[in-house]
This record gives sequence, C-alpha cells and structure tokens, in this order.
Amino acid sequence: MEKENILEVKDLSVSFNTYAGEVKAVRGVSFELKRGETLAFVGESGCGKTVTAKSILRLHKAPFAVIKEGSQIICDGKDVLALNKKELCKFRGDEVSMIFQDPMTSLNPTMTVGKQIMESLRIHKGLNKKEAREEAIKMLKMVNIPSAEKRIDSYPHEMSGGMRQRVMIAMALACSPNILIADEPTTALDVTIQAQIMDLMRELKEKMNTAIILVTHDLGVVANFADRIQVMYAGQVVERGTAREIFYDSKHPYTWALLSSVPKLAKEAKQELYALKGTPPDLILPLNCCPFASRCEYCMPICKERNPFETAITDTHKVSCWLQHPNAPKVKSFYDREVQ
Amino acid sequence: MFKYILKRIGYMLVTLFIIATATFFMMHSIPGDPLGAMANKLPEQAKANYYAKYGLDKPKTEQYAIFMKNLITNGDLGESLKYPGKSITDTLLTNSKVSGAIGGLALAVGLAIGVTLGIVAALNKNKWPDYLVMFIAILGITIPVFVLAALLQYVFTVHWQILPTTGWGKPKNFVLPVVAMCFGTIATYARYLKANMLDVMGQDYILTAEAKGVSRFHIIKDHVLKNAFLPCITILGGQISGIFTGSFVIEKIFGIPGLGFYYISSINDRDYTMIIGTTIFAAALFVVAQLLIDIAYTIFDPRIRIK
Amino acid sequence: MATEQNIPSAAEWEDIPAEKFQIIGTDDFSGDIIARPKVGYWADAWRRLRENKIALVALFILLLMIVMVIVGPYISGYAFEEIDTEAINQTPNAEHWFGTDSLGRDLFSRVWQAGRVSLAIGVVGAVVASVVGCIYGGIASYFGGIVDDIMMRIVEVLLSIPYLIIVILISVVTDSKSIGTMMLALTLTGWCGIARLVRGQMLQLKSQEYVLAANALGVSPMKIIMRHMIPNTIGIIIVAITFDIPGYIFSEAFLSYIGLGIQPPDTSWGALASAAQQNFMFYPYQLFFPSLMIALTMLSFTLLGDGLRDALDPKLRK
Repeated sequence: MEKENILEVKDLSVSFNTYAGEVKAVRGVSFELKRGETLAFVGESGCGKTVTAKSILRLHKAPFAVIKEGSQIICDGKDVLALNKKELCKFRGDEVSMIFQDPMTSLNPTMTVGKQIMESLRIHKGLNKKEAREEAIKMLKMVNIPSAEKRIDSYPHEMSGGMRQRVMIAMALACSPNILIADEPTTALDVTIQAQIMDLMRELKEKMNTAIILVTHDLGVVANFADRIQVMYAGQVVERGTAREIFYDSKHPYTWALLSSVPKLAKEAKQELYALKGTPPDLILPLNCCPFASRCEYCMPICKERNPFETAITDTHKVSCWLQHPNAPKVKSFYDREVQ
Repeated sequence: MFKYILKRIGYMLVTLFIIATATFFMMHSIPGDPLGAMANKLPEQAKANYYAKYGLDKPKTEQYAIFMKNLITNGDLGESLKYPGKSITDTLLTNSKVSGAIGGLALAVGLAIGVTLGIVAALNKNKWPDYLVMFIAILGITIPVFVLAALLQYVFTVHWQILPTTGWGKPKNFVLPVVAMCFGTIATYARYLKANMLDVMGQDYILTAEAKGVSRFHIIKDHVLKNAFLPCITILGGQISGIFTGSFVIEKIFGIPGLGFYYISSINDRDYTMIIGTTIFAAALFVVAQLLIDIAYTIFDPRIRIK
Repeated sequence: MATEQNIPSAAEWEDIPAEKFQIIGTDDFSGDIIARPKVGYWADAWRRLRENKIALVALFILLLMIVMVIVGPYISGYAFEEIDTEAINQTPNAEHWFGTDSLGRDLFSRVWQAGRVSLAIGVVGAVVASVVGCIYGGIASYFGGIVDDIMMRIVEVLLSIPYLIIVILISVVTDSKSIGTMMLALTLTGWCGIARLVRGQMLQLKSQEYVLAANALGVSPMKIIMRHMIPNTIGIIIVAITFDIPGYIFSEAFLSYIGLGIQPPDTSWGALASAAQQNFMFYPYQLFFPSLMIALTMLSFTLLGDGLRDALDPKLRK
C-alpha cells in the first residue's frame, strides 16, 4: 500500500544576504516525506541541512534570508510558502513542529516548563487553563519525566539537559503534529542521554505515527532510527536512499568518507581515524561544478566543469555523481574496502 | 534565599557604619578644626549645652563614641552649629518628605515613559520611531540637568508665564521639577530597554516560540517583555542615585525646601554638623534603597530565587 | 518520486567525451585554501568603526573640540581673564563672538580656556581611574580565591556609597579648590566600576575554552595573559574609559555648579555655567555656550563609546 506524501519540497533554494555577498546556503534541494516515515538529513556543519529544515516552517527572517523564486514546499496539500501570517502561525506547532539543538537556551528561563507546553495547547487546541494543564502533565508523563505533577511547575534551569530535551519533545508533540523536525536533538547531550532520547523518539513516533525529519551530522544516531537518509553537501543533496542502501551500498565518495570517519570498535588498534582533507567550498562563489570536486579522491575533469545529474540506482536510491556515467571507471567504495 | 537577604543586610550595616565613621572623622580632621572654632563662637548658654550633650571639649574618640551612641539609640544626628538648637534629624526628616515626593514621582514617570519609549523603539528598529526615541534619549543623557532645569524655567515661567518660577506647596510647583528630573530616567530606560529587548528577541527560546506558532503579539507580551524588563530593576539603583544628585540642583533652582537644598546650603554655610548629619542620612537612604532593589530582583528572577 | 528534471536524457548523458572521465584525484589540496583573506581583530574593528557614520561624526567633533581648546583662547585676541568694565554683559557681536560676562571678559576665550580644564579633568580622571581599576581588577582575578573575595567586598562597599556624596565630602574636607583636589575627589572611588569590569572579564576569559586550550598546549601563563587575555580586555577598557569621561566632565561641572569646584580666575565649563545661572533670565547666552560645550562633549563621547563598543565586540564580527 502506497503511503501518501505528507510533505513535498521541490527545488528549494535559500540565500543569505551578507555584507560579503549572497551566500547560497541551499541550492535546488528536493525531497518528499511520507506519513509516519523518518527521513534523516546528514552532512557536515554548513552543508545546508538546518537551513533546509528551518525553511519548512519559514523560520528564516527576511530580508536577511530569502527563499528564492521557484522553490516549492507543499505540506498536506497546503502551499506553505503562500500562507499568510495568521495561517502560518496556525501551521507551526500544530501541523509541523520543531525541536532544536540546545535545550538550555531554547526554553524561556523565566517561564515554567508547564506553561510553555500549555502555550501550544491553548493556541492550537483552544483548551482552557485546566484542560491544558492536564494535557501537559500527560505529555510530561509520556516523555518519561518522573513526578510530572510537580515538575510541571519547574523552571528550565532546575532540570538536567536530558530532561529539558524531553520537555522540548513534549512541547513539540503536544498538538500531535504530522511532522516533527528534530535539529541535532542530541548533539548537546551526553552519549548515554543521547541513546535515551533517541529511544524515546522512536517510541513516540510509533505511538503517534508522526513523520520525523532528523537533522544530524552523526551517522551513528541515524542507524536504527531513520527509514531514509539524504546526504547533503554544500547546499545540495548528493545521495539519497533507504537506510540500508546508504549504509551498505552507498555510491557517493562523500558518503563513503562520512561512513569511514565513524570510529568503529572492531577497528585495528593502530589504524588511523579517517579524516577527509580540505574544507567545504565557499558558498558565495557560484558552483558550476560538483561541489565535492576539490576534495574527492575520484575527481575527474568533468567533475570540475559541470554539476552532475541525479541518477537512479533503484527506485529509492539516487546519487549525483559523475562516477555513475557509463564512461566513468568502475570504482569500489573505499568503505567497502575497509569492511572487507 | 533568606541567607542571601541576611548577608546583604549585614553588608548594608557594615557599609553604614563605615560611612558614619568615615564622615565623622573626616569632618573632624579638617585642618584648623573649624568645628571646634564654630563651637567656640556660640552664645554662652548654647555653648554649655553643646559641650554637655556632645562633649565638644573631649577628645575626638570620645566625641565619636557619644555621636555613635546618639545615632544608634536615638537616631539623633546632633544639632546644627549654624542654627543652634535645630535638630538635624528632625530637619532631615521633614525635608526628605519633600524630596521624596518629587523624586518618587520623577522616578515613576520616568520609568513609565522610558519603558514605553524603549519598547516602541525596539519594535520599530531602524524606522522613524526608533530614531525619534533615540534622539530624545540622547538629549536626556547629555544635557546637564541644570541646563535643562534652567531652560524649562525660562520657557515656562518667563517666556510663557504659565507656571510659577519657584516655590512649594501647590501641585503647580511639582510640574517643572518633576519634568526636569525625569528626563534622565526616561533617556536611560529607553536606551536600556531597547537594547535588552533586541537582545532577548535574538535568543533561541524566541525561535522556539515562533516554531510553536505563537503570534508576534504574544511573543512580545509573554516572552520578551518580562525577560527584557528584569535587568532594568538592577539599574534602578543608579537611577535613584541620579535622582539624588539631580535634586541638589533642581531644588536650588526651583526653591524647593528639600534634602538637596539643605545639603547645599549647609555646605555653603559651612555648617559642619549639618553636613555630617546630611551626608550620613543621604548615604543611608541610598544604601537601603539599593538593598531593597536587590531583594526585589531576587524575588522576580526565578533563576536566582532558588539557590 | 524524484524530481524529473534531474534524470538526464539519453542524449545529454552520452555526449560527454571519454577523456573527461580520467580520474585525477586531488593532489593539490586547493580545498584547504581559506575562503577569504585573514582580517585581524583590530583591523576588523577599525573597519566596523569607520562604517558607523555617527561615531565618526562624534570623533570628528571631539577632535575639533580638542583643537579649539588649544588654540581657541588665542584666536579672539582677548585674554580670558582680561577684565573690561566698559563691555560688561554684551550679547554676542562682531568683537566678542560669544559675548561677555559680568566683568567684561570675552566669553569666547573663556569658554575655550574653561574647556581645557573640563576636558583635562574628564580625560585624565577617567584614565587614572581606569589604570587603577585595571591593576586592582587584574590582581584580584589573577590571585582568585580569598584575595579576590576580600578585594571585591571592598569594592562592593565602596560602590554602594553614592558617588557624588563622596566627591562632595572630599571637596568639603580638603577645602582647597585646586584642580588636583578635585581630581582626587573624583577618582577616589571612580576606579571601582572598572575594577569590577576588568576582574569580571578576566575571570570569564580564564575559563574560556581557548585559554584552556592554550594551557593544554603548554603555553606559559605570561604568554596567555599577554596574547589572549589582555587584547580581549583592552576593548572593554577602552569602551569603559570612553563612557566614563562624560561622567567625569559632568561631575566636575556639577561640583563647580554647587560651588565646590574651580575658583576664579581659573574656570571650567561648570564654573561658567554656575556663574551664568544667576543671570540666566537676562543674559541666557552666558549659560548657553558653556552648556552647549558640555552637552556636545558628553554627547560625542557617548556616541563614540557606543560605536567603539559595537566595533570592538568580537561577537559581532562578520
């Protein structure tokens, strides 16, 4: 049974007007998301994944940031870019929610945790104070916060980092949104807490059938969580596929580099950690070539001249790389080489 | 939190003690011993009274002990040397009511207007309301208070003759002094609040609120205002200090019988006991106000409350 | 379904010649080139300051002021203390550009002469207080622990006493109206604010990650202080001094106004204003010019301070 698309993004381009020029942070990104599905955006800092995610809720401020003409974001049939202010406020938090990286600064320090959760409920569901409070307590219990009835009146600084992130999750899911966007939710947390938070999110997504967009630079977090992964670099999608395809059959040199740099327990003691040399390109300069060309082991002359097209390996697995061209030599993923 | 308050009260008492002691000894160590000299010139009966009460013939340290004892047990700051028999404490209490009325009003008005202007400026950043407010604020900060007072006096009492030049007692007398005094407060709060609001509006938790779909109006009302306003309580202390000093000038220009007026007069008269008394009194008022503000801040900011 | 336009047509796909597909790799590591030329902290700050038109105007006004107070008293041809009983209380005219005061002295010369005193007190006072405050704050933050505690307690107590009361007290006690005494009175507690500021900044820097990093890399403490902590603190100190100067000018004006300040024949803007106060109704220009100078100077320093603060704040670097 084909699940329908809850979100369709076509040709999204986002630029920032800085004093040094126009920084094209996102260049022609397209993807879809089905109901209840989990999609991960993976890539290093500055690749445009957070900018893409924030654009879905139109959280960027004009005139500094501009979503360019030709971009399209359709959510559950609605044209998000055409919503007026009032409709946008209704859309945010109710149909699509977002949680952010640093739970300490993302919560209002002078407002109780309960009030912040109740705020969503009262705006979107029209609950009165009493009802909202009960619902908020329910949400706190759902994210496994002990003594929810007491904790609801706590302030953020009275809670640990893990608990605060749970509160953020509770706040985001309070109105049962169709999509939850999680921007690096575990980056600011301890490794052990990371695992707890990811487990919690998995549990909740199954319970509430929420689609999730997970933005992260950490492939370890993505394993066992995402249905599909899209790898981004310099504002473009370079490879996309199901989790299995990306982890076991990736085709793009950048993806290989990402996979190789995850430290593995099974490694030989003396092996060096793989590190990709070089830095991402300057996003102000126009890129009429493959963005990864300057750092790619397999770079070919064509790579420096034209941006590769996206080719389909399977229905779900697509990659943008000149190595896919019939004229290109066949190379083995160096990630595979290691695994061997 | 109780511990904190107790600690602060302790500091305050230490500070007051230091102030009283320092003032006393400084005054009494003026070369030429003007205090002793003035005391000597008093009429016989008064002189005898003084000597008996304040031990003016005894060594300094004993005088100090008597002084402190009077102060702590009776709140008695002594008597004026210029106008024998006039109790300093009584004079001060009467006069500070006057100063307090004007000062308090000026503070309240200044705060209300300043805060409003600050909010307007922040919400209209880089548009004309912002520039207008900032212009007013700059005027308030840079025009010295005596110039402003003189200007107001000239325009409204000489040129247009709608308000009395000097005097005290009727509501009319309040207008110009309060206006002159509140300018500084308006200016300071407008600038400060604008900066704070802009700072708060750039915080992450405002982004979270936007992502939740909270309307701009509610974001300002429920999230920004409280966080922007809290730090303003801390500069209230500085404002009070400004009101104090402003009062010296304003009371002189408008002929208002307040604390500042008497302070200046006693300095010009070289009425040393009066100077001592007024200094200690004014300093004490200020220090107590400071403490109250600090306590208020701990009550309002939840981050400090539970420690 | 992926977007259609990215799947190449057969023709587009085929027409790329084979030699374009020789693997050449990346042995030139052009990827490591830093995107934009390095701009140092001070250069960047200066650039930012230059862009702030208001601050530049303020700077210009101040420089103009300094020039005028140096040459001003000589321009008009009248000495500032020259009394001319024939020409008392004249309004500004061709001979006396700012008019004359009640003793017939040329106000133009007097205003600029007074400016020397006011500006000197303002700048010297602020700088002296800052130096003392810096040293004090530096010592407190360097030693930390109980030394820091005690030193800061002292500062707190001193700060809780109203500044002007101390100034008045000292002035009354010393009863000499020389510039030196006034400076003493003004700076006696004026250093406290900067001490606290410097100490706070140093403590914060001590715990910053890059200091920890330098430490971990084995950089000597002296070097850490010189290369990391001081440059970051100087910015704050400069801004603090710029904001303090108008305060000192105002305090001096205030003192003179209530009669505790500069005595004739020396004069300062505050003294001029005070003298003019009595005659304000009749000869407003006598109050106007010194007040204008005070206001302009204070305004310029404040605006310049604002500009400097924005320019020197590393977080605002673009």
